[in-house]
Amino acid sequence: MADTLLAERVLERKDTRKKILDKLAPIILSTAVFLAISAVAALLITVVTQGWSRLSLNLILEYPSANPARAGMRSAFLGSLWTVGLSALISVPLGIAAGLYLAEWARWKPFRRFVEFNMANLAGVPSIIFGLVGLSLLTYGLGWGRSIIAGAFTLGIMTLPLVTVAAAEAVKTIPEALKQGAYALGATKLQVTRHIILPNSLPMMMTGAILAISRAIGEAAPILVISGLLFIRQDPTSVFDRFTVMPLQIYNWVSRPQVAFQELSSAAIIVLLLLLMALNATAIAIRYRYQKRLVL
Amino acid sequence: MLAKRIVVEREPVRVGDGGAVIEVKDLAVRYGKKYAIKDINLKFERSQITAIIGPSGCGKSTLLRCLNRMNDLIPDAKVEGKVYYRGIDIYDHTVDPVAVRTVIGMVFQRPNPFPMSIFDNVAFGLRVNGMKLNKTQMQEKVKDALIKAALWDEVKDRLDAPAYSLSGGQQQRLCIARALAVDPDVILLDEPTVSLDPISTAKIEQLLRQICYDYTIIIVTHNMQQAARVSDYTAVMMPDEQMIGRLIEYGPTKEIFTNPRDKRTEDYISGRIG
Repeated sequence: MADTLLAERVLERKDTRKKILDKLAPIILSTAVFLAISAVAALLITVVTQGWSRLSLNLILEYPSANPARAGMRSAFLGSLWTVGLSALISVPLGIAAGLYLAEWARWKPFRRFVEFNMANLAGVPSIIFGLVGLSLLTYGLGWGRSIIAGAFTLGIMTLPLVTVAAAEAVKTIPEALKQGAYALGATKLQVTRHIILPNSLPMMMTGAILAISRAIGEAAPILVISGLLFIRQDPTSVFDRFTVMPLQIYNWVSRPQVAFQELSSAAIIVLLLLLMALNATAIAIRYRYQKRLVL
Repeated sequence: MLAKRIVVEREPVRVGDGGAVIEVKDLAVRYGKKYAIKDINLKFERSQITAIIGPSGCGKSTLLRCLNRMNDLIPDAKVEGKVYYRGIDIYDHTVDPVAVRTVIGMVFQRPNPFPMSIFDNVAFGLRVNGMKLNKTQMQEKVKDALIKAALWDEVKDRLDAPAYSLSGGQQQRLCIARALAVDPDVILLDEPTVSLDPISTAKIEQLLRQICYDYTIIIVTHNMQQAARVSDYTAVMMPDEQMIGRLIEYGPTKEIFTNPRDKRTEDYISGRIG
């Protein structure tokens, strides 16, 4: 037996090199994971240890001040809520409409491909470019000035491609069989969109929209271009008021020499991160809650 | 009923139509430049079950989808020739394809219930067709449709349950109930039992025999026993050398199965080809 071809190929086979590589592979791969995680962890630990002591409700209840003991970022917090909230009101309905059109209604394929390709590209354009577009188009062009509405529209335009692409992808997941079933009952295209496509793709659309919104909250560059670095000690009362946002407040505090302000900036970063985590958790929750089996 | 749904002058039923509900004349369908079916001439008789049989890829489904303009939904598909429904050319530009589909319903290969409750599935067609029904009327309509589809006894206690909680065979009967609810004249079935087990299949065949007095039924199948069991008339399709689907024989099912005129039909039925 031992001298048969089979024995030669199977029993006496010794691929030591391959075996060692097989053992090494998980170590190498997990090192990559470890490096990636530890970088983030180091950042988080620094921020949390530094900012923990300053973390209090005063942070979002007090206006900025030269006295670190009394300083908060109320105006920046409200400014972020106003701009990002408004931008969502702009980009979510528009993005969902555009996604529906691209994935379901657009008949001329070359046009659809052209738009989808450019949407995907737009999603990768540096955010400061959008800020500059907003500055020339909204602030100066339309005369909206350095206002909340100019910032909101800038963020809205910036997140629109993300929402659109996510919405179009969501529409594409609706099985053809479901749509045909509705058409066969005498439903019009609008009815199929309204009763079959929209309700079943909405959770996935919202997930995409929330991720886009959470990106908008963290953006500093486009807002910096629009609003400039401001010291504001009042609540916004209209969309034409000047404003600042949390990332800019953080930037402001970080650039101060005093340790107290460094700590404040870390505390503000924690607030921002918590907000982002809450949004992302909502997105995940929606995805799990409404994830229906639509495989036919 | 018809004049109300399809906005055209109702022509008198054409002389020589006999009892035909749907008449197909010189029908051809091409996807781009490639013809899928060609030279189809056929009359589907009123209140009869007509089976369309033939090997895979012979264009059975393509022909079926021409009959209620479902091919309109496929971007490259081009339909040539005429399809008359009770004398009305359904491809005439004055005819609304959406209206055609309310009169000529369709059931698909795989059960495709909507992700909503059993009740809402059946009510869907009534709602999208803008029928002004109060709650009781709607419940009556849904109940009627479910009874006709032989599903009522199994679901009457759980109409609010999601349609996906039903078995495959029940789902397909739900799809039939859904089609019946909008009160069609013709029902097209595209291999409705291909994904079902023999018992579910038998239930659906039995159900078709029960409802065939009120509706004209056209069923595509590649199961010859099924055609023999349920249909009154059989149309046999076969691809030619260029893989263009052609109608090679049409007649009463008994004749087709006992005394086929075409050699290819005989070969196909006896299992020598296909």
